[in-house]
Amino acid sequence: MHTTADRPIRCLIAKVGLDGHDRGAHVIARAFRDAGFEVVYSGLHRSPEEIVRAAIQEDVDVLGISILSGAHDTLVPDVIEGLRKAGAFADTLVLVGGIVPPEDERRLKELGVAEVFGPGTPTGETVAFVREHVRERV
Amino acid sequence: MPGRGENVDPDAVVDALLAGDERTLARVISRIENRTEGVRPVLARLSRHAGEATVIGITGAPGAGKSTLVDGLVDAYRERDLTVGVLAIDPSSPYSGGAVLGDRIRMHRDGDAGVFVRSMSARGRLGGLSRAAAEAVTVLDAAGFDVVLIETVGAGQNEVDVVRAADTVAVLVQPESGDDVQLLKAGVLEIADVFVVNKADLEGASRTVARLEEMRRLRERATTDRSSETDEWTPPIVETVATTGTGIADLIDALDAHRNHLIETDGFATTARSRHAATIRALLRADLEALLETTLERQGGIDGLVRRVEAGETDPYAAVESMVAPIEDCLEDR
Repeated sequence: MHTTADRPIRCLIAKVGLDGHDRGAHVIARAFRDAGFEVVYSGLHRSPEEIVRAAIQEDVDVLGISILSGAHDTLVPDVIEGLRKAGAFADTLVLVGGIVPPEDERRLKELGVAEVFGPGTPTGETVAFVREHVRERV
Repeated sequence: MPGRGENVDPDAVVDALLAGDERTLARVISRIENRTEGVRPVLARLSRHAGEATVIGITGAPGAGKSTLVDGLVDAYRERDLTVGVLAIDPSSPYSGGAVLGDRIRMHRDGDAGVFVRSMSARGRLGGLSRAAAEAVTVLDAAGFDVVLIETVGAGQNEVDVVRAADTVAVLVQPESGDDVQLLKAGVLEIADVFVVNKADLEGASRTVARLEEMRRLRERATTDRSSETDEWTPPIVETVATTGTGIADLIDALDAHRNHLIETDGFATTARSRHAATIRALLRADLEALLETTLERQGGIDGLVRRVEAGETDPYAAVESMVAPIEDCLEDR
């Protein structure tokens, strides 16, 4: 059994859709790097399909989706659906960062998002959450 | 998905990989990176399916435009109906061990099953990266990709070792990237089969080309002095503007020409032999190291030994001698 203790945690930080603000994505990518994670950044304007394929090819433990545009309602479910179809959902800790109203947050969590981090969340909190919840795999 | 769980049949993993299962391919590369037990029988089987792919290494200083050029190459190969595997290697932080692997940014290939991009980090291992990268190339090759591109920052020995897994190495040089002495210093230039002056639309590009030509002439003279071999390869210098795709076709021609040169001069057999030798050595070293680790643990671990040295009960030389001697004894009559 290979635990995450003796290998770096791999993450994909993804920007989906038309939202062009990626400062938050950069901040979290850097925080993850400093925590010893291996971070792949998707770049802007990706489709859910592209994100799913990148998550699979890069074999990431964590998929962090950063959305500020309000389009999380349609884009995040598409990503989760894609991961499920590919059989990769059980292996992937899906996080959402950005501006998400509470009722949407509830719905996203029902769909399988592990946690939603709003603006101003200390990066240490997100790092700790990942360490605690990342799924063991072999 | 096959490939999960410790006691997975390596044949099942290999079958899934050869059938084109992307998840299995990705997971096998993770296992290579993590040195997971059980990956070796898989690699042993896969190595028999490898050997068909064109393997190209692309290296150069940060900011030279490697990722954009790789992206252009992927496009050009896809237009030629060839499938492409990309291995993008980035350094890891010496402080945290973490890494930002950025090459996905330029890749927009929604749903193109003919492209597989994998980012890999050095994970701070001296020498280990080159083996992991070479093994990942074997896996992509066996998975049936026509072309495998290895992209790495040309910053040191680690990177030079990595591109040795390629049949053809393209070194990117930026216009005005320092004076002649800088070009002389850069050991990475010596491994070039093809020189690429990217950003050729920038001022100073022609001067850089002229410097490379001069350097190449000197190198040529040095090799003719050394040997009378007539089948020496002279690295062509190709000018590209990766952002617009200018020169990409010329670059592919140059890469193909080098490949043909290898075929004509039996160069493939030579590089394959040296690669097999490197693999055997690397495996031997890794296994012996593991054996020594076990021996060390049995002797109470490194801390115990350090304490004994500290207490004056032994010295580092005697401690090592006591551990290695029994191994030597065992091997003596074999």
